Amino acid sequence: MSRVHDMGGRFGDGPIPIAGTDEPVFETEWHARALAVTLAAGALGKWNIDISRHARECLSPKDYCRFTYYEKWMGGLADLLVDGGVVTREELAGAAPQPAPKELQERKLSASRVATVLAAGGPANRDGAAPKFAIGDKVRTRRIARNVMLDGGHTRLPAYAAGVEGEIILSHGCHVLPDAAAHRLGEQPEPLYTVVFDAGDLWGEPERAGDEVTCDLWQSYLEPVT
Amino acid sequence: MPHDHHDHDHPHTLLPPDPALRVKALETLLERKGLLDPAALDEIIETYANKIGPQNGAAVVARAWADEDFHRALLTDATAAVSEMGFYGRQGEHMVAVENTDDTHNVVVCTLCSCYPWPLLGIPPGWYKSDAYRARVVREPRKVLAEFGLTLPEGKKVRVWDSTAEIRYLVVPQRPAGSEGLSQEDLAKLVTRESMIGTGLAKEQGA
Repeated sequence: MSRVHDMGGRFGDGPIPIAGTDEPVFETEWHARALAVTLAAGALGKWNIDISRHARECLSPKDYCRFTYYEKWMGGLADLLVDGGVVTREELAGAAPQPAPKELQERKLSASRVATVLAAGGPANRDGAAPKFAIGDKVRTRRIARNVMLDGGHTRLPAYAAGVEGEIILSHGCHVLPDAAAHRLGEQPEPLYTVVFDAGDLWGEPERAGDEVTCDLWQSYLEPVT
Repeated sequence: MPHDHHDHDHPHTLLPPDPALRVKALETLLERKGLLDPAALDEIIETYANKIGPQNGAAVVARAWADEDFHRALLTDATAAVSEMGFYGRQGEHMVAVENTDDTHNVVVCTLCSCYPWPLLGIPPGWYKSDAYRARVVREPRKVLAEFGLTLPEGKKVRVWDSTAEIRYLVVPQRPAGSEGLSQEDLAKLVTRESMIGTGLAKEQGA
């Protein structure tokens, strides 16, 4: 079943907090530091983007809801650092830090490498199997939005789009499967598609008949509709 | 089936509760372990505060409006087209441009987190990352757009793109009437951040 982050379609959230068009990029100094610490720690190479997303999703629902955006990042990062053996629980709690192993220190992101690392990105496309579905094919999504390899694991099928019929509109080649990569089960690349759904099929009573929602979904989330 | 071990203990609870102190604690700890260079943090912040932002996306849209060959290239392979302008990188490795037309209005969201095309639009605004936007825009996009001051004709379809993978979407807004003859530089001034997410339209000249 889904986790607290999977909130698409949920009722009860109230108005969008629109601050205006000239809001600063970073609301406060610590937001900027939180983003930068997260990116710099990621450059140590102890986890991938799917592992870090899953760490934020695994915050308790209580914390996830009360934390502001960058607090979620900090919560996820602290958990990742301990999980990845980079820091100890004692160090997090304030004990005198021990120097990290030399080979890890060598991966420290230096100021001179920042531009190169940010510009290089981390492409998720891989060589792999030819797509089973073609543009225009009708498909049905997995009926329960879940990671089939690990109970409570990471997946990218939103609960609102589970068990729904849609149509393939874009085909992106093979991409790393987050359901596997988030749990260090290898990349297991699969064909990735954009699937369009009719709003009526998703919500029962659509806001306007004929409106649509798309999701980007991996092949194993989909079955053919004949 | 194994359960997710993350659920059983949360080391982050060992940190100070105040968020600014939490960040400082993590930064100091990593620095003292020899794993973090504070100058690198300054460089990252400088990049996203001043170098990379919606002005990049606006240049792309303005060029697409003015240059038919580029327009076609952008809609065919956006990653290649924007890379050629120097806009490639983290959180923009796989770009798709979706064009608004008289029949369809496109809106982008990430319901599961906050995925956003960083090389073209920078760091997402607070509202984009809010629970309210993530929860509501897929189910009631027209009510959400109305909160941004955008009321669409009933005859126009809304298509909401939920960025659930590593594909990042750029909305190409419709070129406003009265913008004929403007230079690409002046056209870019009409292209707002919101118009490239789909929660707004491009500005009218002089508006």
